Amino acid sequence: MRDGPAAQSPWQTARITRIEKRTPRVTSFFFQTSRPFAYRAGQHVDVRLTAPDGYQARRSYSIASAPETGGTIELAIEKLEDGEVSPFFHEVAAVGDEVELRGPLGGHFVWSDSDGGPLLLVGGGSGVVPLMAMVRHRALRKSAVPVALVFSARVWDEVIFRNELLGLDDRRDGFDLVLTLTREAARRPADYSRRIDAAMIVQSMARLPEPPKLAFVCGSNTFVSAAAQALIDADVPPGLIRTERYGV
Amino acid sequence: MVTRGFFSGRKPPTDTDARIPPGQYLDQGFPVLSAGPTPRVRTEDWSFTLKHGPRPVKKWAWAEFNTLPLTRMTRDIHCVTAWTKFDTAWQGVLVDDILADAGIEPPTAFTLAHSFDGYTTNVPTTDLTAGKAMVALLYEGKPITPDHGGPARLLVPHLYFWKSAKWVNGLQFTERDEPGFWELRGYHIYGDPWREQRYTGDP
Repeated sequence: MRDGPAAQSPWQTARITRIEKRTPRVTSFFFQTSRPFAYRAGQHVDVRLTAPDGYQARRSYSIASAPETGGTIELAIEKLEDGEVSPFFHEVAAVGDEVELRGPLGGHFVWSDSDGGPLLLVGGGSGVVPLMAMVRHRALRKSAVPVALVFSARVWDEVIFRNELLGLDDRRDGFDLVLTLTREAARRPADYSRRIDAAMIVQSMARLPEPPKLAFVCGSNTFVSAAAQALIDADVPPGLIRTERYGV
Repeated sequence: MVTRGFFSGRKPPTDTDARIPPGQYLDQGFPVLSAGPTPRVRTEDWSFTLKHGPRPVKKWAWAEFNTLPLTRMTRDIHCVTAWTKFDTAWQGVLVDDILADAGIEPPTAFTLAHSFDGYTTNVPTTDLTAGKAMVALLYEGKPITPDHGGPARLLVPHLYFWKSAKWVNGLQFTERDEPGFWELRGYHIYGDPWREQRYTGDP
């Protein structure tokens, strides 16, 4: 582990420079921070919104962009119908708007290519976001670390970053994408159409040249509980598994 | 800084307002947060050890620990990820009663809590004694589920909830304030929600 105390990270304003719809429910917002913002793949930020009467709402969002991307950070935000922050982003926020942001935060669910591998990444829905930062970091660093990403989505059209992931998979450079759709048939020959289970993890790990040195699992609490158990049932030592859970 | 187009949506009634620390929101659910997979600790494998530095003072098996006096504690809890939950009802063994059973007074000013999964968190000893903290065995009258830290979790409700170590298996008195797992990873050394001590460097 390469964890150290995070530097103090006060609130700063960040301007939305670009908005890109990723799937019917997930939209990416690109932010220009007002101060230099160095981070590691897997970290998150806190976002704070303030109403005219002083009421504030804050939520944590994982960073989707790679640290190498430079001046802007990408947050891929899923719209939660009963939320109060994500509906603001989906329905109100426009390019040029400013919000307050704090970070980077989190020193455990992080990976750099210097940490080595192989790496097993397991994401459910928007839980793929911090894993995407790791995958992009690996690609931009031209890292040779073998990585398998097992990504569970309900349907093909909800596979966030789909074209980019398929493109990275096509490179055959040691990054392997395993898609599993829980409410639709698989679209690619080696993909799955069921919830993640131990057999799927065993087969996905067989694509790596040796067992993973680290595993990262991210998604809803239900997803992470089930997927982490699938990894343990597939004989991944629990001490290698790092989890990040969001939502309730 | 007022955010364009953002309006108060979920402002709680004023009578509960005073119970919500700065930057927190009220949540009716009970989210689960942990750094790794949920360990399944069987009560027959469970034990709890009190240590002074490296030296064990006393060790209890599950059955022995359950003979210690049970105390009820109903408290609001505050997670650093910004949810607050009101009136969570726990039963467990006060740290005071654990010390009494071991026949010792707190020997040092700092304590490190240990868990079955290797997790640690540091708490000043005075934040654990005088009825402030317990090793909880029941939540809402039922055994604590593994997701929420069962069979037993530390409960230090006046600090951010990462201090309430899940799957706790020991308390270790230390001479210095030794940062625990999250405290080494950017989280505040003390973690008072009312002073909003979330991250390293917060006041």
